[in-house]
Amino acid sequence: MRNRYILVVMSLAVMGLLLAGCGAADPKVIKIATQSPLSGGMSAVGTDIKNGAQLAMEQLSGPLVAMGFKVELAAFDDQGNPDTGVANAKNIVSDPAILAIVGHYNSGVQIPASEEYHAAGLANVSPANTNPKVTERGYLEVSRICGRDDVQGAVGAQFANGKGIKSAYVLHDKTAYGQGIAEYFKRESETLGIKVLGFAGTEEKANFDSILSPILAAKPEVIYFGGMFDQAAVLFKQARQKGYMGMFLSDDGFDSSDAAKIGGAALLEGAGTYFSTVAGPAAAYPGTAKFQADFKAKFGGEPQPFAAQSYDSMAIVLKAIENAALAADKKMPARADVAKAVRALKDFPGITGTFTFNSKGDLAKAKYFIIQVTSGDPANWSQNKIDRILDIAPPQ
Amino acid sequence: MRRLIKSDALREIILPLGQMTVFVLGAGALFSAVMILFALLFRGSGADKLLLDTQGVNILFYTISNLPQVLIDGVTLGFVYAAIALGYTMVYGVLEFINFAHSEIFAIGAFAGVEFLILMDKIGLLAGAGTYGPYLYLTLALSIGMLTAGGVAVLIERAAYRPLRGAPRLVPLISAIGVSFALQDIIRLVESLTTGQFYRVIPTFGNFDERIPLFSFKTSSAPINVNIQVKSVIVIVAAMMMLVGLNYIVKATRLGKAIRSVAQDRNTAAIMGIGVNGIIAFTFLLGGALGGAAGVLYALKFTRIDPFVGFMPGMKAFTAAVLGGIGNLTGALLGGIILGMLESFAGAYLGTFTMGNFGSEYKDIIAFLILIIVIIFRPSGLLGEQISQKA
Repeated sequence: MRNRYILVVMSLAVMGLLLAGCGAADPKVIKIATQSPLSGGMSAVGTDIKNGAQLAMEQLSGPLVAMGFKVELAAFDDQGNPDTGVANAKNIVSDPAILAIVGHYNSGVQIPASEEYHAAGLANVSPANTNPKVTERGYLEVSRICGRDDVQGAVGAQFANGKGIKSAYVLHDKTAYGQGIAEYFKRESETLGIKVLGFAGTEEKANFDSILSPILAAKPEVIYFGGMFDQAAVLFKQARQKGYMGMFLSDDGFDSSDAAKIGGAALLEGAGTYFSTVAGPAAAYPGTAKFQADFKAKFGGEPQPFAAQSYDSMAIVLKAIENAALAADKKMPARADVAKAVRALKDFPGITGTFTFNSKGDLAKAKYFIIQVTSGDPANWSQNKIDRILDIAPPQ
Repeated sequence: MRRLIKSDALREIILPLGQMTVFVLGAGALFSAVMILFALLFRGSGADKLLLDTQGVNILFYTISNLPQVLIDGVTLGFVYAAIALGYTMVYGVLEFINFAHSEIFAIGAFAGVEFLILMDKIGLLAGAGTYGPYLYLTLALSIGMLTAGGVAVLIERAAYRPLRGAPRLVPLISAIGVSFALQDIIRLVESLTTGQFYRVIPTFGNFDERIPLFSFKTSSAPINVNIQVKSVIVIVAAMMMLVGLNYIVKATRLGKAIRSVAQDRNTAAIMGIGVNGIIAFTFLLGGALGGAAGVLYALKFTRIDPFVGFMPGMKAFTAAVLGGIGNLTGALLGGIILGMLESFAGAYLGTFTMGNFGSEYKDIIAFLILIIVIIFRPSGLLGEQISQKA
């Protein structure tokens, strides 16, 4: 029994030492945090968000290193879960070496987590969060380099209308992101004269039988799903197995090679599967050829969607810190100055475009894509066909 | 019956098959009748007008034309629930406590079976399996799922429940909840070791996705085809075979007699020379194996599994066991079928009848509301708690 106590005391002591070791930080270390789901169903995309940022840091942190800073990446796993994201955010905020955050994949995580960043004046550049609320709160600290769901949902509806579709059934995953975009899709569909036969939310991940019964009975020409691929692909596959031959339409949450892994050939049958996105496949951007090659060489796989955007987000953050540090006489810049420096960038050249933020933190003009799934093989996901590309300014 | 069929063994096989048929047909007829009654009541209502407006059919026609598919879905789901519910009920029968870790045993079975199929797929065996090969591999996957889940169930019993045998009844219950959470995260840990992803997708193989056309009837608008997926047939047939097998073991073998005697009175059984601990472990093995097989069938039917996949089916199967009368094997079967039907009916019709105000996401609320009502009027379940003949 005595041995057991000694063991407990010793392990506590070791942990205490470790924690103490973490506390002592070098004043010249600049850390940039990433937050994305590194584990769980969305980890394929989330990990490449981290990898994209890591690549950018390795290639572009030269000027800061020349000023005598040590630049480090602090990767956090938000698990696609708001609670975890906020807990991480509290840790991030309390580490004075962290000057900015690249991140979040899920709007539902970014929105509560960024309240913490806002309170601490910490800049957050998002590569992937499309919910309007991300920027509509008007926080100086929060900017994004992707489009918005109110536009994206409408783009999806306009595409369906262009294909001559007259009826739709709309589902969503009850998250801020999924329900939001589904509502924008529904609103635009109704304005365009597409009959919305049903609108429902579900958190189901495996058994869509009872959800599909009323949908199949209603015989919509398109089933729209607002949410992530890990639900959408299962839903689509089960709908096909039940004999549905209409079109599937989803959003940028569908953009993951895992969607093909789950859905397989079922996505290609009938009227096929399309999704709108704010981040085209890397091949859609002329500047990404080198990025793709470097990424493949370093991480041994094709970059997932948003990896290039994450690279750009990191580039923006690094440039802003550099500008702020120069203004602060090559000393460690204040967090607030970094946030201001992000917004001060004009026509910053990235690999997926040139970036200028408006007063809310949206891009002055963002790209929207409609992509058709052309293969049931996950390896060919990045070769999906781009149906159309649109440049649209955010609503003011 | 006793006179018609001489052999006890044969009777224990035919009787449960008869029961299943009666339950499925009875529950199906009852639910269909209630639904048609609702449809008649709703004629001329807003929901009716909305249907006429959007789909050009009235509510009665809509209800009836969807019935066959809803029934098939309900029966399939019902058998999965029944197979899981038996695990809860058997353990309750012998130990009088709820084994909350059973939902994770279900998940472990699912993962073991699916991992085996993924491995076979990687080696390339699944693709070239021909017509009957896939059934062989599925049987193998089922066996592996059953063995793994049964083995884990026995281990859990040994590690977390047996040391608490003499403790008050709440104590093993808390232990079970603890085991449940621990197992969830252990599965998550093990599955995310290789790729960082803890969900798995069952490989597509064989003709399981095909649909067998049953019948079609002509209507004024379009002909309605009713069909059943091969995998649904497999789920139903496999579950039926397992239920019959279990019933046979419990009712017609010496081991089964030992289980029943331990359930009736553990101390007296021990005096009579029955190895109580061994019998309890065997009960866990049986219940766990059934749960594991149900897990593989669930994965086959619904494609994707994650470490938390057991929670909802486990919750519902537990409810099904209580609904039928916990400790009662026939009750678990009846409870499972009723719950599966309730869920399927609520999911399919709720949205239409409430004009989209309450979509199919409210199906569980309706299903559980009805359960509360049943339990209020029959606290010991539909078939009653079998105190004298538990398990």
